[in-house]
Amino acid sequence: MCRIGAIKSLNYVHPSLALKLMESQQKGHDNSGFAMIMHDLGGRFESYKHLPTLSMACTDEGLKRAEDMLHEAGFQRVMQWVPETDPQPGLDIHAMPNYVFQTFDYPKYYRKGEPKDKEELLLDMRLQLRKALEQDEQGFVYSFWPDVVTLKEIGDPRDIGTYFKLWEPDDKFTAKVITAQCRQNTNYDIVRYAAHPFFLQGYTALANGENTFYLKNVEAQRNLHRGYIGFESDSQCFLYTLHYVHRELCWPLRYYKHVVTPLPFSELDRREDKEQLLAMRQSLANLEINGPNTIIGVLPDFTLFTCCDAKKLRPVVVGRTDETVVISSEVCGINDILPDRDWETDIYPHEREIVAIDNSLEVQRWRQ
Amino acid sequence: METMKVQNVTPNDMPWKVKYDASRCTLCGSCVSACSFRAIECKVERRRMVFSEGDLPEPKQRFSAVPVIRQVKDVRHYCRGCGICEKVCPNDAIAPQRNPDTRHPILSRCLGGDSIKRGGRKNLEASIRTLDKLRVGRISQMTDPSLDAQRHTFDMLAPFGRILPAKALPFSLDSQNLLQVEATMPPVRWIYPVIIGDMSIGALSWRMWEAVAMAVAYLNEECGMPVRMCSGEGGVPVRLLKSRYLKYMILQIASGHFGWNRIVKAMPHMVEDPAGILIKIGQGAKPGDGGLLQANKVADHIQEIRGVPKADLLSPPNHQGLYSIEESVQKMFLSFNAAFKFRVPVAIKVAASATSVSVFNNLVRDPYNIVGGFFLDGIDGGTGAAHEVSLDHTGHPIVSKLRDCYLAAVNQGRQGQIPLWAAGGLGKTGDLAADAFKMIALGASGVFTGKLVLQMAGCVGNDLGRCNACNTGLCPVGITTQEPALVHRLDVDRVAQNIVNYFLAMDTEFKKLMAPIGNSSLPVGRSDALISTDKAVADQLDIQYVC
Ligand code: SF4
Ligand code: SF4
Repeated sequence: MCRIGAIKSLNYVHPSLALKLMESQQKGHDNSGFAMIMHDLGGRFESYKHLPTLSMACTDEGLKRAEDMLHEAGFQRVMQWVPETDPQPGLDIHAMPNYVFQTFDYPKYYRKGEPKDKEELLLDMRLQLRKALEQDEQGFVYSFWPDVVTLKEIGDPRDIGTYFKLWEPDDKFTAKVITAQCRQNTNYDIVRYAAHPFFLQGYTALANGENTFYLKNVEAQRNLHRGYIGFESDSQCFLYTLHYVHRELCWPLRYYKHVVTPLPFSELDRREDKEQLLAMRQSLANLEINGPNTIIGVLPDFTLFTCCDAKKLRPVVVGRTDETVVISSEVCGINDILPDRDWETDIYPHEREIVAIDNSLEVQRWRQ
Repeated sequence: METMKVQNVTPNDMPWKVKYDASRCTLCGSCVSACSFRAIECKVERRRMVFSEGDLPEPKQRFSAVPVIRQVKDVRHYCRGCGICEKVCPNDAIAPQRNPDTRHPILSRCLGGDSIKRGGRKNLEASIRTLDKLRVGRISQMTDPSLDAQRHTFDMLAPFGRILPAKALPFSLDSQNLLQVEATMPPVRWIYPVIIGDMSIGALSWRMWEAVAMAVAYLNEECGMPVRMCSGEGGVPVRLLKSRYLKYMILQIASGHFGWNRIVKAMPHMVEDPAGILIKIGQGAKPGDGGLLQANKVADHIQEIRGVPKADLLSPPNHQGLYSIEESVQKMFLSFNAAFKFRVPVAIKVAASATSVSVFNNLVRDPYNIVGGFFLDGIDGGTGAAHEVSLDHTGHPIVSKLRDCYLAAVNQGRQGQIPLWAAGGLGKTGDLAADAFKMIALGASGVFTGKLVLQMAGCVGNDLGRCNACNTGLCPVGITTQEPALVHRLDVDRVAQNIVNYFLAMDTEFKKLMAPIGNSSLPVGRSDALISTDKAVADQLDIQYVC
């Protein structure tokens, strides 16, 4: 089973905090991997916030292929960071030869373009790269987006931390939002792409649970958007629905909950906005989820949120101080990184709400 | 001795032989008066008795006339095996017995010079049904717990009406960042996933129709189950049209347009909208064939409701004037949508056929968004009257066809936009919940059922040639007849009660299937929940093969 966690802070924080958040929740997962996505970057990426960063794990051949393609498309590299690794003997990690974080300037033609066009370009580019590297497993392209980096690896999360020297905090590799998860999708073959968090055009989602409407979701999503691919994990569906509802349909976040876990008809009927909600439920019946789930998500404006299934079969906790909000599957993780917080203000979201945290760390609870 | 006449019809030429035990019979006459087909009659037989009265054997004989019950030797009055005589006989003296050596299919054609007509369903073949080769095989356990059928709540509703793609929803954001509806949307009704359909008031006796309508009203108003009933072709009593119960009724129009003059006239007086309109193009039990109501069933009230004289009522096999799918969408759908001011969903019913997918594809692409449902009726569906050759030899099974239509919609990314409703022999084994659930997992939004409802009411017919006399107007249990004496055999309250109870039982069984797969709303298209032990079936339906 997965354990998921997220940190959102007023200050830039280092991924060691995310590792700590997940460490005490070990018993709940199987130590099979570690994956994280960082939004709103500090340190070495801080001055490149408006330019896309490519996050990728690959072979030498994969790297060459990707660089050639980017070059050909007119992207110009402005920054590159190759994390220093510490490959001690005995570490449980299936490392790829190269971990690449490269920041690019847009092709000339796009520089003055509309943000929407740039966003479509970045997605197309990532999909092309993924496709080119996927055939012979020369690499895995996780994200290509401004102000976002992704790291995913197979192995013991502690060892992965050691390998990337992530246990030692510094101010070079930091972010204001970090989401993390510690398990590969062991239901099926171990695939790097199958590890949450998942990312698409500024949206991140990770989940703890099982989606019994997976097939319905997949069959519907395949035709909704070219970026809805992979489906290595049933939780990817949560991300795609989030992207569809918020970005494609331009509905406010609160309606996401109405799409994934719609109100029962008997309750809908008593609502003032029943016409909208019913239409939503009808038109997006295939995006409904079923089964036990907790979802954590990040929006392009760095809003962090969480919600769970309609029967609250998977719990989640939100703990906070003035400077940091932490969401986690288990409260022990929050106790470790926010030991002095007032735990009486912890939130245990119920089955009919979304808890959202904006950039001033104001917590909003939207009742469905 | 008489010359033997081979051509004479005798009981051993008939599908059923009546077994009669004179020694048990008290000659009460119940069986003869109860047999609506006049297949048995009272006769007097000459008997010889040899006896001896003295001390020594001194045989004498005596002849006497003995009244007995005998099977009629007439191909028009043959025994249907309905078993009513057996039911009424207080002494177990009489019963029908299936005759495997029957020559009836040949004889009745030879003697009548006409096609054989009957009611019921396809009576050929008895291979294992496809649905019985499917199991619900994906059971939620461990990380994904099953639900509790008793404790959890389930949303047991299915859509009837055109559903817009999300991007076409007329929403806008208000100043508080909330979505508001800007324009009207096509009407969609969320109803119970089993529709009772579509048996006309001419095919059914008025008491049967009333019993079904009562059961539907009770299910809605007392049990909270929004079950809908389709009128069938042939109109609706005006009193019902003007009552508030009309909202539970889906009005059907078929190629004969019977009853629609009354419906149109009643429109200004309607206090509720009907639940929907169903345009019947074809029927699974006799695809390519129109409705057939024989004159002997056209009683006074039928003439009144339909506005017709007492005559054979034949609906043409197709709607005159509809030559293309586009035309059907434009003409019929638009006019019916407009008639009820776009407040009532309009759906179409067709017989499953090798071409169903193309028809469905065309409807799915309909630019007006007005096709509110695709009702697909398979070969095992029942009917009140049809030519036997159509019943037995035409048609298309429903299971793979429904699946093909669903997958065609998936391919276009339009699944669910036109709800698929399936029928055709569902619940044939008596277990409709299982059949419906499997059809839903294969992609149906819901199912409709007719024949099974007759069986709930006490129909004694079956697929092995028993009874199936619905066309004759002589239904021995008062279901498909307009003969007052026969109709009164039907206890309206008990029929309604049977239907209500069946639906309640089925509802529990639905939940018992939804809980283990961990779903609280209907698993439309969740084919991953199904498995099959038959490789060919699994491949055709695109589900998991297991062994
Ligand atoms: S079985 Fe039915 S049809 Fe046959 S004799 Fe008895 S009552 Fe008549
Ligand atoms: S009992 Fe009535 S409804 Fe049933 S098969 Fe016989 S005639 Fe038809």
